[in-house]
Amino acid sequence: MNVVVLNEVRKGFYLDSVALMRLSREVAGSPGVIEAALMMGTPSNAAIMRNAGLLEEGTAVKGNDLVIAVKAESETAAREALDNAIKSLDKPKSQGEAQSAWRPHSIAAAVKNRPEINLALISVPGEFAAAEARKALNRGLHVLMFSDNVSLEDELSLKQQARAAGLLMMGPDCGTAVIGGAPLAFANKLTRGRIGIVGASGTGTQEVSCLISEAGAGISHAIGVGGRDLKKDIGGITTLMAIDAFDSDPETDHVVLISKPPHPDVAKSVLQRIGKSKKSFTVCFIGASEVELPPNARFSPTLKGAAELALGHQKIGAGFDANAVASRIPRNGRGGIEGLFAGGTLCAEAQVILAAAGRKVASNAAIPGVLKLGVEPNDGRDRLIDLGDDEYTRGRPHPMIDPSVRDEALRAALRNRDLSVVLLDLVLGYGAHADPAEHLTKIVTDRGRDAPALIASVVGTEQDPQGRSAQVRKLEQAGILVAPSNAQACELAVAIVQNAGR
Amino acid sequence: MTDQDGPQYQQLLARKVEVVNVGLEGFVKDLRDCGIDVVHVDWKPSAGGDPQMAALLAKLGV
Repeated sequence: MNVVVLNEVRKGFYLDSVALMRLSREVAGSPGVIEAALMMGTPSNAAIMRNAGLLEEGTAVKGNDLVIAVKAESETAAREALDNAIKSLDKPKSQGEAQSAWRPHSIAAAVKNRPEINLALISVPGEFAAAEARKALNRGLHVLMFSDNVSLEDELSLKQQARAAGLLMMGPDCGTAVIGGAPLAFANKLTRGRIGIVGASGTGTQEVSCLISEAGAGISHAIGVGGRDLKKDIGGITTLMAIDAFDSDPETDHVVLISKPPHPDVAKSVLQRIGKSKKSFTVCFIGASEVELPPNARFSPTLKGAAELALGHQKIGAGFDANAVASRIPRNGRGGIEGLFAGGTLCAEAQVILAAAGRKVASNAAIPGVLKLGVEPNDGRDRLIDLGDDEYTRGRPHPMIDPSVRDEALRAALRNRDLSVVLLDLVLGYGAHADPAEHLTKIVTDRGRDAPALIASVVGTEQDPQGRSAQVRKLEQAGILVAPSNAQACELAVAIVQNAGR
Repeated sequence: MTDQDGPQYQQLLARKVEVVNVGLEGFVKDLRDCGIDVVHVDWKPSAGGDPQMAALLAKLGV
């Protein structure tokens, strides 16, 4: 086949990654197009396009250039797709609210005109994110940095600068926070209440906050700290400041701390700080064994357990009986479980639960004690995949925004006759895909009668833009089993494979 | 940077959040739907798209 690659480089033209994804899809769907990409020409994106054979010989790009790259079966098809992409780019923008409102060109200009601004939400490409965060801190703003691919050195220096100025530096790679009802990045519409959250893991914070909110209690604030805050290099700078903030917050009675197991030295200083607090705490170090806690704290190794402790031992999904549901699933004599997760912390919680049930587990985002996928043969272990990991998201949006990241792996799993169960998660809320259940059901609708059982959990609330019960209904209508929480989805998966092997 | 009410980060939880958004435009609508004031920056990579130069300029306060 004759393969033609054409490029168009727009100098000094910026579009955000979600807008680029939409346009990339449009171009990739043109007749005769094999592959297409619209990306900012940052060094990392240029490398991705070069590796995919999408850059013509001699094409030079810079970080403020927009690159349109088309690989097609013919020159005519490539040219037509490229022309259509250019037309879409040049189309006048709709006069939506964001377009019609005042749009300054810099943080400095925004703050000069609106001195009331007190927080910067930063989601630019990682290569430029630290520079923008520094500009925000220099102007006395708290920062939530959603961007990832920021170096540890930059993270430490930004957090040190923030601490010296009395400012909160949430992130990098901070997926969610809710401050005074303001949903920052991926966040859910939560009932306001008296439980605070400090979260080093975005989807962990979303799961716990939604379970608490849906159980009838509420969240005062959820402060994200970024996934590396409790590593030795950072020393828990933002976590310690967040605990201080909750300690003096009259709206908060109880605080939940959620993180993957921290470095022991950092855990010690955080737990010492908790011991001095006037508030009570739930500490959820996902996958850690019991840790030595001060008297005002309780421990849970799972997200569901943490929500239940924060609710005063109220059971989540009390009417759900995994064994009873499993007994209604036809036995197929297989035994494998595959988990395809958009939420990294949900993937970690699944590893905890499956391993505790005696399953042999492997994961690309392995917690301590679990085999790392790809290092050695996983010889029949359950595979639990975090689809938000770098290997799946380099150069494309997170699966919570673009659920098609999961499609290929899901189709393969549906054909895999070694599997009894495929475990899935849907994450709702602001910033997430408008209808992830619809997307998922389209993929699974024509699965074979002997395809593995599908089990999902839905992270979200009834007040979320997608509406939790509407999403659950769509899944159930497509024959997907829906559990009240990720933990219970995992328990159901274990019950089904135990039933299948009997 | 503290005042009589304590450091700014302790006051963040008690005050109304007002946001400057730099990056994904979709976040603007979400915040406005929740009644939060937000200004969206019409952002382009600075320093001609050179990340190292952009970082240096930010450190210099430019």
